[in-house]
Amino acid sequence: MFSFLLKRFALVIPTFLGITLLVFSLIRLLPGDPVEALSGERGMTDERYQRLLHEFGLDRPLWMQYLEYLWRALHGDLGYSTITHEPVFHEFITRFPATIELSMCAMLMALVIGLPAGIVAALKRNTVLDYSVMGASLTGYSMPIFWWGLLLILTFSVTLGWTPVSGRIAIQYDIPAVTGFMLVDSLLSSDAGAFKSAVSHLILPAIALGTIPLAVIARMTRSSMLEVLREDYVRTARAKGASTLRVVGVHALRNALIPVVTTIGLQVGTLLAGAILTETIFSWPGIGKWLVEAIHRRDYPAVQGGILMSATVIIVVNLVVDMLYGVINPRIRHQ
Amino acid sequence: MSAVLDPGVAPTPPGPLTELWRDFKRNRGAIIGLAIVIALVLCALLADLIAPYSPSEQYRDATLHAPAWEPVNGHRFLLGTDPVGRDVLSRLIHGTRLSLVIGLVSVGLSLSGGVLLGLLAGFFRGGLEITIMRLMDIMLALPSLLLAVAVVAILGPGLANAMYAIAIVMLPHFVRLTRAAVMGELAKDYVAASRIAGAGTARLMFDTVLPNCAAPLIVQATLGFSAAILDAAALGFLGLGAQPPTPEWGSMLASALEFIQSAWWVVTLPGLAILVSVLAFNLMGDGLRDALDPKLKR
Repeated sequence: MFSFLLKRFALVIPTFLGITLLVFSLIRLLPGDPVEALSGERGMTDERYQRLLHEFGLDRPLWMQYLEYLWRALHGDLGYSTITHEPVFHEFITRFPATIELSMCAMLMALVIGLPAGIVAALKRNTVLDYSVMGASLTGYSMPIFWWGLLLILTFSVTLGWTPVSGRIAIQYDIPAVTGFMLVDSLLSSDAGAFKSAVSHLILPAIALGTIPLAVIARMTRSSMLEVLREDYVRTARAKGASTLRVVGVHALRNALIPVVTTIGLQVGTLLAGAILTETIFSWPGIGKWLVEAIHRRDYPAVQGGILMSATVIIVVNLVVDMLYGVINPRIRHQ
Repeated sequence: MSAVLDPGVAPTPPGPLTELWRDFKRNRGAIIGLAIVIALVLCALLADLIAPYSPSEQYRDATLHAPAWEPVNGHRFLLGTDPVGRDVLSRLIHGTRLSLVIGLVSVGLSLSGGVLLGLLAGFFRGGLEITIMRLMDIMLALPSLLLAVAVVAILGPGLANAMYAIAIVMLPHFVRLTRAAVMGELAKDYVAASRIAGAGTARLMFDTVLPNCAAPLIVQATLGFSAAILDAAALGFLGLGAQPPTPEWGSMLASALEFIQSAWWVVTLPGLAILVSVLAFNLMGDGLRDALDPKLKR
């Protein structure tokens, strides 16, 4: 078990290095000289130019610059935003809880609906129920979520007036940020209205963001369940006289869930990418919206740092999922 | 099959295409997908003929006209007009052309690059293979839209750059598929026979092995079309892809955002066009996968 974990962990290092290299070259590939950009219209003397070049470390060989970048990144120093002059790491960390909160609620919705839908579709194979679940799942999978989010706003916010259009909470509530998670913070403030407001702000974005993972999970659960239901041990359990509920719930489901866990892990990437679109539509103050704004403002340190941090989060989550996979499926450890 | 067969003539087996079609048409979803794709292609080819107006002509006397079936603005514009008075239907039709071109260019670029790298990785094991596959793993570690956004951040916003970005994003899938298929084929006798007969590496790669790897690549290319249309629309929506006034579905949606409360059609219709096209290519891809390669069936 330990050597499996170690081996898996060793594979992460080249991936991480590759991503830092990609992000590092992002600056290098950009047209323009950062020092010249500082000089403004009057220009600068050659001596001053050389001094600044030295100050930024740009006169050293590329590999040294890269190593320094890597060293700093490993210490959480991602440079300063050119717009706000705040440390990029700090900007990322303060916005990240909003994205986590949204993603977790989206994933929760996807699981609560997706798993039962997939199981039912597999059990009622080739019935109208199965066809509708699969049809809905394919539609969800093909959905442009930025449009889906707009439709939700159009229906539930504009026409029906049930939910607010954007933001995390109504402006009259001033909630101290204890955890950064609005649901938790508003509960801690013991103001029922604040919690209600936070929930109503969260529902639509969570539905929009959760739609694609929901579709993928339903499809995966169905096909995995169908495969398991054909296995000998399921037939044995049936022959023993176990009830359908027991056969499905105890014998089949546990094994059917193994590939589903991997799928769920892979969806974390989808969630973070989807957050870029969902947060833009719902003005959700998370890292997705921040990243898009940074690109539009040409705030390159923020773009670099944002991409590096998101990629790191995804790599770590995938690592954890792989390890969990080894725990729930002992067969994989002994390859 | 009641006809009396001439004992001297064996019944000819169906050709590969006939067989493919026979398997494909058993899948009703796939047929619907194919029909929509054909309609989209016709729309794209005949855009100049069937679009009632020019996609860029602004009728300033008719801004935000409602669709013809709503008894508000009369029947002049079937699907209404946008905030500057352009005909929505004409823009959607021309947008079809744009979306298919985006799909064609990015899938084409990605497929040719991916096949080349995949063949190299499959044929020359060792250092080259490890380098290529590690690189692809790194690219796969990033979700597609995030990677596309990163590439556009480097290259700058625009339609052409969006297509390159999407091509780069899809590359690892084609490389991995090609390499896996090549490795499967290389173990077979016909490749050894061809090698013994004196075929060079290039001939083995492109003439002997590649045609036998086509099935999964065709399926992936079809599914790649839907991913390309979806990602291009997302980039257009974020203002990182096609720029206005290009009639691209995603950027049409973005530029109509502020009218979501007053004019539902400028927001609803471009999105519907995206959904229908993506769905059609996904349906067709699923059908092709089931028909071409029973092994891939899930």
